[in-house]
Amino acid sequence: MVKILKKEVLTPQIKLMVIDAPRVARRAKAGQFIIIRMNEEGERIPLTIADFDPEQGTVTIIFQEVGKSTMQLGELEEGDLIADFVGPLGKEIEEKYFGHVVCVGGGVGIAPVYPKARALKMYGNRITSIIGARTADLLFWEDMMQSVSDTLYVTTDDGSYGEKGFVTAVLDRVIQKEKVDLVIAVGPLMMMKMVSLLTKKYNLPTLVSLNPIMVDGTGMCGCCRVTVGEQCKFTCVDGPVFDGHAVDYDELLARQRSYLEEEKRAVEAWQMKKAEEGAHHV
Amino acid sequence: MSENRLTGRPKMPQRSVQERIRDFNEVPVGLPEWAAVDEAKRCLQCKKPSCMKGCPVEIDIPGFIGLLAQGKFDAAIAKIKEKNSLPAICGRVCPQEEQCENLCVLGKKGQPIAVGYLERFLADYERDRGIELPKVPMSNGRKVAVIGSGPAGLTCAGDCAKMGYKVTIFEALHAAGGVLVYGIPEFRLPKAIVAQEVNYVKSLGVTLELSAVVGKTLVFDDLRDEGFEAFFIGSGAGLPYFMNLPGENLNGIYSANEFLTRSNLMKAYRFPEYDTPIKIGRRVAVIGGGNVAMDSARTALRLGAEEVCLVYRRTKKEMPARIEEIRRAEEEGINCIILTNPVRFIGNENKWITGIECIQMELGEPDESGRRRPIPVPGSEFVISADTVVVAIGQGPNPLLLETLPELKLNKRGYIEADEETGATSIPGVFAGGDIITGAATVISAMGAGKKSARAIDQYLRNGK
Repeated sequence: MVKILKKEVLTPQIKLMVIDAPRVARRAKAGQFIIIRMNEEGERIPLTIADFDPEQGTVTIIFQEVGKSTMQLGELEEGDLIADFVGPLGKEIEEKYFGHVVCVGGGVGIAPVYPKARALKMYGNRITSIIGARTADLLFWEDMMQSVSDTLYVTTDDGSYGEKGFVTAVLDRVIQKEKVDLVIAVGPLMMMKMVSLLTKKYNLPTLVSLNPIMVDGTGMCGCCRVTVGEQCKFTCVDGPVFDGHAVDYDELLARQRSYLEEEKRAVEAWQMKKAEEGAHHV
Repeated sequence: MSENRLTGRPKMPQRSVQERIRDFNEVPVGLPEWAAVDEAKRCLQCKKPSCMKGCPVEIDIPGFIGLLAQGKFDAAIAKIKEKNSLPAICGRVCPQEEQCENLCVLGKKGQPIAVGYLERFLADYERDRGIELPKVPMSNGRKVAVIGSGPAGLTCAGDCAKMGYKVTIFEALHAAGGVLVYGIPEFRLPKAIVAQEVNYVKSLGVTLELSAVVGKTLVFDDLRDEGFEAFFIGSGAGLPYFMNLPGENLNGIYSANEFLTRSNLMKAYRFPEYDTPIKIGRRVAVIGGGNVAMDSARTALRLGAEEVCLVYRRTKKEMPARIEEIRRAEEEGINCIILTNPVRFIGNENKWITGIECIQMELGEPDESGRRRPIPVPGSEFVISADTVVVAIGQGPNPLLLETLPELKLNKRGYIEADEETGATSIPGVFAGGDIITGAATVISAMGAGKKSARAIDQYLRNGK
């Protein structure tokens, strides 16, 4: 059991929670993730680590409410308990001096890109960050990203804030204007695919952080397998960070959609149960 | 009950096929008391019992059977528990036909004593009455860390605790039991039984830390800092093997580990009451011929598949599964497609599996395993249509923990190199046993290894070697 110490509503669907998890906090590194299970009936879902504080013994997670489990998690408040919080899992990114690193965060992917930018900044890298969302309401952590970046660009698809358009347009401009040594992109699969296609043209080393469906998260089931280069990799133990140019995105897109039907059913069943329980209380 | 007399080895009563394939409840129901006593009376009580040589945990088999024959059930179960703290599990999943029963003198001319059925009878008798909690020994204060809560870890932890050590088990998953909870289905090993056996080990004073991944959440140095002096690694063979064939990442293809973990550990068979879903097609093909393949096939059937087949590259004779399990699978209507090996997986435009292209095999000369090697028959390719596929061709060692211990010696296949008698590894004070040494084997051999290592840990902590 772990306790929620702090909760912040970043956007109507994106929430931040600071979790009391000293062991995880002590070992966490940029790029790693945790697995959470809400309660006895809960599924195990992976969430990237947005921040961690070894001294306070806390881990920060940021999640978007997309399915039953994340919606249910979003309803919890400070002081509430979560059954399981396992980690840190996966491999950390290589922390060293690369030179000029461009960090691209899309949507809820802004959260996991932050610790990577921070870690690389500490190694003296020049950090240019590009964060984007569909619309202004979905943007968060501009200040946090600013604090670890030398330059920060903000985009929205609809132009309601920052520059109108996609993060890739800004990235293209940055690459044409200055020398870039490494690109790190975290966000929706489609965004990571587009970033990788773009940087491939310039032959620019690119790292992406994948978010496939997982069960155990410790290399035991192979649910998160993905083709990287010619090889089958398990995201949970070999990743989640991979060479963006080698990932088979189309395969992963299809695998991410495996349970769409069931996810819908789970939400419906849960809402029905909540309505029934609500009726009893009246 | 005098009319109910046995004339030979009893048959295990089991639920009818029609009834059992609709739920996940246990299939064999256990011997009635009179049959267990009668069967126990058939034991010759050999002066030099050979059955015991077949038992990896050295149970006094004639001893407990003799007490059972006299109706002294409490004494009989106590006799088993001197050596085996998990009898309800062993009575169900041990391959007795290859171990104790295989060596029974009666088996030479007739039928061996049903040792497994009797063990199960006594364990269930005890469970029905409520298990008497053991006396917790005086703690000597010295700390032992056990990594993994499967049969090897549970046994080692229980035995170390009985010797007075302060034991903590670190388990990566959210439930204790290892393969007993994620791998073996409810219908073969009810999870309530596993929970009870785990509670028994806890009642000996063992601490259980769940969701603690050694190698990630904690590394060995953390454990040393926390005062642990000796270690037992029983992390199992949890890495699923795939076939590395084209199309293997199509949707609808599961490793057996994923398929069984979703169903057993995560209770996907009760979706949406439980959150974890599982996809089950109309036609399910399971690739493999071991117990895990049988478990997967029978699970698929219970999840509602219309047709389930096993695809195996040799013949039924070479299948590594227990005969009893193959028989039950076939009774339930599972079709064995033998001498057949997949070549590639075929999918539709949405990247969902639709079929497996296979090639026919024939048996050649025996290979290093002593089984005849399957050889493809050129030009014999054909397609098995399937909308769910489970790959159950075996598991390997999970490298997660091992990667963080570079000084730990491994063998060529990636398993830990350990002394057969003690489980001692290349690092002083670190012992290992179970599937992480041998590769996927049996519950009882893992328990035997846990037992031997517990003794070796005691030696090590007392003498420093």
